[in-house]
Amino acid sequence: MARISAGVATSHVPAIGAALDNGRSGEPYWAPLFKGFEFSKRWEEAERPDVVFLVYNDHATAFSLDLVPTFAIGCAPRFEIADEGWGPRPVPVVEGAPELAAHIAQSVIQDDFDLTIVNRMAVDHGLTVPLSLMFGQPAAWPCKVIPFAVNVVLYPPPSGARCLRLGAAIRKAIDSFDQDLNVQIWGTGGMSHQLQGPRAGLINKPWDTAFLDRLVTDPATLARMPHIEYLREAGSEGIELVMWLIMRGALNERVEEIHRFYHVPASNTAVGHIILKNQP
Amino acid sequence: MALDKPYMDIPGTTVFDADMCRRGYALNQFCMSLMQAANRQRFKSDERIYLDEWPMSEAQKQAVLARDYNRMIALGGNIYFLAKIFATDGKSFQHAAALMTGMSQADYAEMMLKGGRSPEGQRHTGRGHGQD
Repeated sequence: MARISAGVATSHVPAIGAALDNGRSGEPYWAPLFKGFEFSKRWEEAERPDVVFLVYNDHATAFSLDLVPTFAIGCAPRFEIADEGWGPRPVPVVEGAPELAAHIAQSVIQDDFDLTIVNRMAVDHGLTVPLSLMFGQPAAWPCKVIPFAVNVVLYPPPSGARCLRLGAAIRKAIDSFDQDLNVQIWGTGGMSHQLQGPRAGLINKPWDTAFLDRLVTDPATLARMPHIEYLREAGSEGIELVMWLIMRGALNERVEEIHRFYHVPASNTAVGHIILKNQP
Repeated sequence: MALDKPYMDIPGTTVFDADMCRRGYALNQFCMSLMQAANRQRFKSDERIYLDEWPMSEAQKQAVLARDYNRMIALGGNIYFLAKIFATDGKSFQHAAALMTGMSQADYAEMMLKGGRSPEGQRHTGRGHGQD
Protein backbone atom coordinates (compact mmCIF):
# COMPACT_ATOMS: atom_id res chain seq x y z
CA MET A 1 0.00 0.00 0.00
CA ALA A 2 1.02 3.63 -0.46
CA ARG A 3 2.06 5.49 2.68
CA ILE A 4 2.95 9.04 3.69
CA SER A 5 6.39 8.96 5.28
CA ALA A 6 7.02 12.65 5.92
CA GLY A 7 5.83 16.21 5.52
CA VAL A 8 7.83 19.19 4.33
CA ALA A 9 6.95 22.87 4.52
CA THR A 10 8.79 25.67 2.79
CA SER A 11 8.26 29.17 1.47
CA HIS A 12 8.19 29.54 -2.32
CA VAL A 13 9.55 33.04 -3.07
CA PRO A 14 10.06 33.62 -6.84
CA ALA A 15 13.35 35.49 -6.30
CA ILE A 16 14.82 32.25 -4.86
CA GLY A 17 14.19 30.54 -8.19
CA ALA A 18 15.69 33.47 -10.07
CA ALA A 19 18.81 33.42 -7.85
CA LEU A 20 19.34 29.70 -8.56
CA ASP A 21 18.59 29.95 -12.27
CA ASN A 22 20.98 32.89 -12.71
CA GLY A 23 23.83 31.24 -10.79
CA ARG A 24 23.67 33.71 -7.90
CA SER A 25 23.07 31.25 -5.05
CA GLY A 26 26.64 31.72 -3.75
CA GLU A 27 26.31 35.49 -3.37
CA PRO A 28 26.39 36.88 0.19
CA TYR A 29 22.71 37.83 0.02
CA TRP A 30 21.59 34.32 -0.97
CA ALA A 31 24.20 31.94 0.48
CA PRO A 32 22.75 31.84 4.03
CA LEU A 33 19.35 30.92 2.63
CA PHE A 34 20.55 28.02 0.50
CA LYS A 35 22.70 26.77 3.38
CA GLY A 36 19.47 26.17 5.31
CA PHE A 37 18.43 23.61 2.67
CA GLU A 38 21.70 21.64 2.49
CA PHE A 39 20.48 19.17 5.10
CA SER A 40 17.15 18.88 3.29
CA LYS A 41 18.74 17.96 -0.04
CA ARG A 42 20.88 15.24 1.58
CA TRP A 43 17.84 13.97 3.45
CA GLU A 44 15.81 13.74 0.22
CA GLU A 45 18.61 11.75 -1.45
CA ALA A 46 18.32 9.19 1.35
CA GLU A 47 14.52 9.18 1.49
CA ARG A 48 13.93 8.82 -2.27
CA PRO A 49 10.17 9.49 -2.32
CA ASP A 50 8.21 8.02 -5.23
CA VAL A 51 5.63 10.79 -5.21
CA VAL A 52 5.40 14.27 -3.70
CA PHE A 53 1.88 15.56 -3.09
CA LEU A 54 2.67 19.25 -3.40
CA VAL A 55 0.28 21.79 -1.91
CA TYR A 56 0.91 25.26 -3.33
CA ASN A 57 -0.91 28.23 -4.77
CA ASP A 58 -1.05 29.51 -8.30
CA HIS A 59 -0.10 33.20 -8.62
CA ALA A 60 -2.34 34.46 -11.42
CA THR A 61 -0.64 32.03 -13.79
CA ALA A 62 -2.82 29.01 -14.58
CA PHE A 63 -5.93 30.57 -13.07
CA SER A 64 -7.04 34.04 -14.15
CA LEU A 65 -10.14 35.59 -12.57
CA ASP A 66 -12.31 33.69 -15.07
CA LEU A 67 -12.23 30.68 -12.75
CA VAL A 68 -10.94 30.54 -9.18
CA PRO A 69 -11.13 27.02 -7.72
CA THR A 70 -10.58 26.75 -3.96
CA PHE A 71 -8.92 23.32 -4.27
CA ALA A 72 -7.59 21.97 -7.58
CA ILE A 73 -5.82 18.63 -8.03
CA GLY A 74 -3.52 18.03 -11.00
CA CYS A 75 -4.34 14.66 -12.56
CA ALA A 76 -2.25 15.00 -15.73
CA PRO A 77 0.80 12.87 -16.66
CA ARG A 78 2.90 16.03 -17.01
CA PHE A 79 2.80 19.71 -16.20
CA GLU A 80 4.63 22.32 -18.22
CA ILE A 81 6.67 25.04 -16.53
CA ALA A 82 4.79 28.34 -16.79
CA ASP A 83 6.09 31.50 -18.42
CA GLU A 84 5.33 34.02 -15.68
CA GLY A 85 6.39 36.98 -17.79
CA TRP A 86 10.16 36.52 -18.01
CA GLY A 87 10.24 33.11 -19.75
CA PRO A 88 9.73 29.68 -18.15
CA ARG A 89 12.21 28.74 -15.39
CA PRO A 90 14.93 26.47 -16.84
CA VAL A 91 13.89 23.50 -14.72
CA PRO A 92 12.73 20.00 -15.74
CA VAL A 93 9.13 19.42 -16.74
CA VAL A 94 7.04 18.09 -13.85
CA GLU A 95 5.92 14.46 -14.21
CA GLY A 96 2.56 13.73 -12.60
CA ALA A 97 1.14 10.61 -10.97
CA PRO A 98 -2.22 10.37 -12.75
CA GLU A 99 -3.40 7.05 -11.28
CA LEU A 100 -2.77 8.09 -7.70
CA ALA A 101 -4.13 11.58 -8.33
CA ALA A 102 -7.39 10.20 -9.76
CA HIS A 103 -7.68 7.83 -6.80
CA ILE A 104 -7.19 10.70 -4.35
CA ALA A 105 -9.67 12.92 -6.21
CA GLN A 106 -12.38 10.28 -6.07
CA SER A 107 -11.79 9.45 -2.42
CA VAL A 108 -11.50 13.04 -1.19
CA ILE A 109 -14.59 14.28 -3.07
CA GLN A 110 -16.56 11.44 -1.52
CA ASP A 111 -15.30 12.69 1.82
CA ASP A 112 -17.08 16.02 1.16
CA PHE A 113 -14.21 18.16 -0.17
CA ASP A 114 -15.10 19.67 -3.52
CA LEU A 115 -11.91 19.33 -5.55
CA THR A 116 -11.59 20.73 -9.05
CA ILE A 117 -9.93 18.19 -11.35
CA VAL A 118 -7.28 19.68 -13.61
CA ASN A 119 -6.07 17.82 -16.68
CA ARG A 120 -3.97 20.60 -18.17
CA MET A 121 -2.13 23.21 -16.16
CA ALA A 122 1.19 25.03 -16.28
CA VAL A 123 2.88 25.24 -12.89
CA ASP A 124 4.50 28.41 -11.58
CA HIS A 125 7.16 29.28 -8.99
CA GLY A 126 4.80 28.27 -6.18
CA LEU A 127 5.45 24.66 -7.19
CA THR A 128 8.88 24.76 -8.84
CA VAL A 129 10.79 26.78 -6.21
CA PRO A 130 10.13 24.19 -3.46
CA LEU A 131 11.27 21.43 -5.87
CA SER A 132 14.50 23.37 -6.52
CA LEU A 133 15.10 23.96 -2.81
CA MET A 134 14.60 20.29 -1.90
CA PHE A 135 16.16 18.58 -4.94
CA GLY A 136 18.65 21.15 -6.27
CA GLN A 137 19.19 21.42 -10.01
CA PRO A 138 18.90 17.90 -11.49
CA ALA A 139 18.34 17.11 -15.19
CA ALA A 140 15.02 15.49 -14.22
CA TRP A 141 13.06 15.68 -10.96
CA PRO A 142 13.72 12.49 -8.96
CA CYS A 143 10.05 11.70 -8.33
CA LYS A 144 6.50 12.15 -9.57
CA VAL A 145 4.55 15.19 -8.34
CA ILE A 146 0.83 15.71 -7.77
CA PRO A 147 0.22 19.48 -7.87
CA PHE A 148 -2.52 20.58 -5.50
CA ALA A 149 -3.43 24.25 -5.95
CA VAL A 150 -5.22 26.13 -3.17
CA ASN A 151 -6.80 29.54 -3.64
CA VAL A 152 -5.14 31.98 -1.26
CA VAL A 153 -5.17 34.94 -3.67
CA LEU A 154 -8.89 35.77 -3.69
CA TYR A 155 -10.19 36.22 -0.14
CA PRO A 156 -11.52 34.24 1.62
CA PRO A 157 -9.26 31.22 1.29
CA PRO A 158 -10.35 28.01 3.03
CA SER A 159 -10.17 28.05 6.83
CA GLY A 160 -7.29 26.47 8.71
CA ALA A 161 -9.63 23.91 10.25
CA ARG A 162 -10.91 22.86 6.83
CA CYS A 163 -7.35 22.59 5.53
CA LEU A 164 -6.38 20.35 8.44
CA ARG A 165 -9.39 18.08 7.82
CA LEU A 166 -8.64 18.02 4.10
CA GLY A 167 -5.14 16.81 4.92
CA ALA A 168 -6.62 13.91 6.86
CA ALA A 169 -8.88 13.03 3.91
CA ILE A 170 -5.90 13.09 1.54
CA ARG A 171 -4.01 10.82 3.88
CA LYS A 172 -6.91 8.37 4.05
CA ALA A 173 -6.99 8.30 0.24
CA ILE A 174 -3.26 7.68 -0.08
CA ASP A 175 -3.35 4.94 2.59
CA SER A 176 -5.94 3.07 0.51
CA PHE A 177 -4.01 3.17 -2.79
CA ASP A 178 -2.99 -0.30 -3.86
CA GLN A 179 0.63 0.31 -4.84
CA ASP A 180 3.70 0.30 -2.66
CA LEU A 181 4.66 3.97 -2.85
CA ASN A 182 6.65 6.25 -0.56
CA VAL A 183 4.70 9.52 -0.61
CA GLN A 184 5.68 12.84 0.90
CA ILE A 185 3.29 15.73 1.36
CA TRP A 186 4.58 19.28 1.10
CA GLY A 187 2.93 22.50 2.18
CA THR A 188 4.36 25.68 0.68
CA GLY A 189 4.09 29.47 0.84
CA GLY A 190 4.50 31.91 3.73
CA MET A 191 5.85 32.79 6.13
CA SER A 192 5.05 36.36 7.17
CA HIS A 193 5.08 38.73 4.22
CA GLN A 194 3.05 41.50 2.65
CA LEU A 195 3.60 42.46 -0.98
CA GLN A 196 1.05 45.23 -1.33
CA GLY A 197 0.22 48.72 -0.12
CA PRO A 198 1.98 51.03 2.32
CA ARG A 199 2.39 48.16 4.84
CA ALA A 200 4.47 46.09 2.36
CA GLY A 201 7.57 44.53 3.87
CA LEU A 202 5.91 43.40 7.09
CA ILE A 203 7.76 40.56 8.85
CA ASN A 204 6.81 39.02 12.20
CA LYS A 205 9.46 36.63 13.44
CA PRO A 206 7.95 35.92 16.89
CA TRP A 207 4.63 35.04 15.28
CA ASP A 208 6.29 32.84 12.64
CA THR A 209 8.29 31.02 15.31
CA ALA A 210 5.15 30.34 17.32
CA PHE A 211 3.40 29.11 14.17
CA LEU A 212 6.21 26.59 13.55
CA ASP A 213 6.10 25.39 17.17
CA ARG A 214 2.33 24.94 17.17
CA LEU A 215 2.36 23.27 13.76
CA VAL A 216 4.50 20.52 15.25
CA THR A 217 2.92 20.08 18.67
CA ASP A 218 -0.63 21.43 18.55
CA PRO A 219 -2.00 21.65 15.01
CA ALA A 220 -5.63 21.24 16.09
CA THR A 221 -5.53 24.48 18.09
CA LEU A 222 -3.45 26.26 15.47
CA ALA A 223 -6.03 25.34 12.83
CA ARG A 224 -8.69 27.32 14.70
CA MET A 225 -6.79 30.57 14.19
CA PRO A 226 -9.09 32.95 12.27
CA HIS A 227 -7.99 34.48 8.97
CA ILE A 228 -7.90 37.96 10.47
CA GLU A 229 -5.00 36.98 12.71
CA TYR A 230 -2.93 35.84 9.74
CA LEU A 231 -3.66 39.10 7.92
CA ARG A 232 -2.87 41.34 10.88
CA GLU A 233 0.13 39.49 12.24
CA ALA A 234 1.73 37.84 9.20
CA GLY A 235 0.75 40.28 6.44
CA SER A 236 -1.82 40.01 3.69
CA GLU A 237 0.20 37.32 1.87
CA GLY A 238 1.00 35.47 5.11
CA ILE A 239 -2.43 33.88 4.73
CA GLU A 240 -0.69 31.35 2.46
CA LEU A 241 0.27 29.54 5.65
CA VAL A 242 -3.13 27.82 5.80
CA MET A 243 -1.65 25.52 3.15
CA TRP A 244 0.86 24.18 5.67
CA LEU A 245 -2.09 22.84 7.66
CA ILE A 246 -3.10 20.56 4.77
CA MET A 247 0.36 19.02 5.01
CA ARG A 248 0.13 18.71 8.79
CA GLY A 249 -3.35 17.19 8.63
CA ALA A 250 -2.03 14.38 6.44
CA LEU A 251 0.54 13.35 9.06
CA ASN A 252 0.17 11.41 12.29
CA GLU A 253 -0.59 13.29 15.47
CA ARG A 254 2.94 12.37 16.57
CA VAL A 255 5.71 13.62 14.35
CA GLU A 256 9.43 14.06 14.76
CA GLU A 257 10.80 17.45 13.76
CA ILE A 258 14.02 16.55 11.99
CA HIS A 259 14.90 19.95 10.53
CA ARG A 260 13.90 23.60 10.90
CA PHE A 261 15.20 26.74 9.24
CA TYR A 262 14.14 30.38 9.32
CA HIS A 263 15.64 33.28 7.43
CA VAL A 264 14.84 36.94 6.69
CA PRO A 265 14.76 38.23 4.03
CA ALA A 266 14.28 36.63 0.65
CA SER A 267 13.27 39.74 -1.28
CA ASN A 268 10.10 40.75 0.66
CA THR A 269 9.51 37.56 2.59
CA ALA A 270 10.39 35.57 5.71
CA VAL A 271 11.48 32.09 4.64
CA GLY A 272 10.44 29.22 6.87
CA HIS A 273 11.19 25.54 6.39
CA ILE A 274 10.46 22.45 8.44
CA ILE A 275 10.66 18.68 7.91
CA LEU A 276 8.37 16.41 9.92
CA LYS A 277 8.69 12.64 9.96
CA ASN A 278 5.70 10.51 10.83
CA GLN A 279 5.97 8.70 14.17
CA PRO A 280 3.81 5.70 15.06
CA MET B 1 -27.18 42.23 6.47
CA ALA B 2 -23.70 43.46 5.66
CA LEU B 3 -20.90 40.93 6.09
CA ASP B 4 -18.37 41.49 8.83
CA LYS B 5 -15.04 42.53 7.32
CA PRO B 6 -12.68 42.97 10.27
CA TYR B 7 -9.74 43.35 7.87
CA MET B 8 -10.97 46.79 6.80
CA ASP B 9 -9.08 48.34 9.74
CA ILE B 10 -5.60 46.98 8.91
CA PRO B 11 -3.38 49.96 8.05
CA GLY B 12 -2.00 50.21 4.53
CA THR B 13 -3.66 46.98 3.45
CA THR B 14 -6.40 46.18 0.97
CA VAL B 15 -7.73 42.65 1.13
CA PHE B 16 -8.63 41.33 -2.31
CA ASP B 17 -12.02 39.88 -1.48
CA ALA B 18 -14.92 38.82 -3.69
CA ASP B 19 -16.22 42.39 -3.85
CA MET B 20 -12.85 43.83 -4.90
CA CYS B 21 -12.56 40.99 -7.41
CA ARG B 22 -15.83 42.08 -8.99
CA ARG B 23 -14.62 45.67 -9.29
CA GLY B 24 -11.19 44.75 -10.56
CA TYR B 25 -12.09 41.99 -12.99
CA ALA B 26 -11.28 43.85 -16.22
CA LEU B 27 -8.17 45.50 -14.76
CA ASN B 28 -6.78 42.16 -13.59
CA GLN B 29 -7.66 40.39 -16.84
CA PHE B 30 -5.83 43.14 -18.74
CA CYS B 31 -2.82 42.33 -16.55
CA MET B 32 -3.15 38.61 -17.38
CA SER B 33 -2.99 39.46 -21.08
CA LEU B 34 0.55 40.77 -20.53
CA MET B 35 1.77 37.22 -19.97
CA GLN B 36 1.97 36.92 -23.75
CA ALA B 37 4.95 38.52 -25.44
CA ALA B 38 2.94 39.81 -28.40
CA ASN B 39 0.54 41.60 -26.06
CA ARG B 40 3.41 43.09 -24.05
CA GLN B 41 4.82 44.51 -27.26
CA ARG B 42 1.50 46.02 -28.31
CA PHE B 43 0.99 47.50 -24.84
CA LYS B 44 4.47 49.04 -24.87
CA SER B 45 4.08 50.52 -28.33
CA ASP B 46 0.95 52.47 -27.30
CA GLU B 47 -0.34 51.91 -23.77
CA ARG B 48 -3.46 54.05 -24.15
CA ILE B 49 -4.66 52.29 -27.30
CA TYR B 50 -4.09 48.89 -25.70
CA LEU B 51 -5.91 49.89 -22.51
CA ASP B 52 -8.87 51.17 -24.52
CA GLU B 53 -9.46 47.61 -25.74
CA TRP B 54 -10.46 46.66 -22.17
CA PRO B 55 -13.75 47.50 -20.41
CA MET B 56 -11.87 49.25 -17.59
CA SER B 57 -12.90 52.49 -15.90
CA GLU B 58 -11.06 55.67 -16.86
CA ALA B 59 -9.70 55.84 -13.30
CA GLN B 60 -8.25 52.33 -13.63
CA LYS B 61 -6.63 53.22 -16.96
CA GLN B 62 -5.13 56.41 -15.51
CA ALA B 63 -3.75 54.48 -12.55
CA VAL B 64 -2.07 52.00 -14.92
CA LEU B 65 -0.59 54.78 -17.07
CA ALA B 66 0.76 56.48 -13.92
CA ARG B 67 2.03 53.11 -12.50
CA ASP B 68 0.20 54.09 -9.30
CA TYR B 69 -0.02 50.63 -7.73
CA ASN B 70 -1.78 51.76 -4.56
CA ARG B 71 -4.47 53.38 -6.69
CA MET B 72 -4.77 50.25 -8.87
CA ILE B 73 -5.23 48.17 -5.71
CA ALA B 74 -7.88 50.59 -4.42
CA LEU B 75 -9.70 50.13 -7.73
CA GLY B 76 -9.74 46.33 -7.53
CA GLY B 77 -6.27 45.34 -8.70
CA ASN B 78 -4.57 42.37 -7.07
CA ILE B 79 -0.82 42.40 -6.59
CA TYR B 80 -0.18 39.06 -8.31
CA PHE B 81 -1.99 40.34 -11.39
CA LEU B 82 -0.42 43.80 -11.20
CA ALA B 83 2.96 42.03 -11.13
CA LYS B 84 2.49 41.43 -14.86
CA ILE B 85 2.67 45.20 -15.39
CA PHE B 86 5.94 45.74 -13.52
CA ALA B 87 7.37 42.56 -15.07
CA THR B 88 6.57 44.12 -18.46
CA ASP B 89 8.47 47.20 -17.30
CA GLY B 90 11.41 44.98 -16.32
CA LYS B 91 10.94 45.84 -12.63
CA SER B 92 11.09 43.58 -9.59
CA PHE B 93 8.64 42.90 -6.78
CA GLN B 94 10.94 44.82 -4.50
CA HIS B 95 10.79 47.85 -6.81
CA ALA B 96 6.98 47.76 -6.73
CA ALA B 97 6.86 47.20 -2.97
CA ALA B 98 9.15 50.18 -2.36
CA LEU B 99 6.97 52.37 -4.61
CA MET B 100 3.82 51.41 -2.67
CA THR B 101 5.44 52.22 0.67
CA GLY B 102 6.74 55.59 -0.55
CA MET B 103 10.34 54.54 0.19
CA SER B 104 13.29 54.49 -2.17
CA GLN B 105 14.18 50.99 -3.31
CA ALA B 106 17.52 51.23 -1.46
CA ASP B 107 15.83 52.22 1.80
CA TYR B 108 13.22 49.51 1.40
CA ALA B 109 15.87 46.85 0.71
CA GLU B 110 17.78 48.04 3.78
CA MET B 111 14.63 47.74 5.91
CA MET B 112 14.18 44.15 4.70
CA LEU B 113 17.82 43.28 5.45
CA LYS B 114 17.29 44.57 8.97
CA GLY B 115 14.40 42.17 9.51
CA GLY B 116 11.52 43.86 7.69
CA ARG B 117 8.73 46.17 8.82
CA SER B 118 7.70 45.55 12.41
CA PRO B 119 4.00 44.83 13.00
CA GLU B 120 4.10 47.16 16.02
CA GLY B 121 1.65 50.00 15.45
CA GLN B 122 0.63 48.40 12.13
CA ARG B 123 -2.17 46.15 13.32
CA HIS B 124 -5.13 48.54 13.53
CA THR B 125 -5.91 51.91 12.02
CA GLY B 126 -6.50 54.75 14.46
CA ARG B 127 -4.29 53.30 17.17
CA GLY B 128 -0.72 54.16 18.09
CA HIS B 129 1.66 55.92 15.78
CA GLY B 130 3.13 54.91 12.43
CA GLN B 131 -0.31 54.86 10.86
CA ASP B 132 -0.63 54.99 7.09
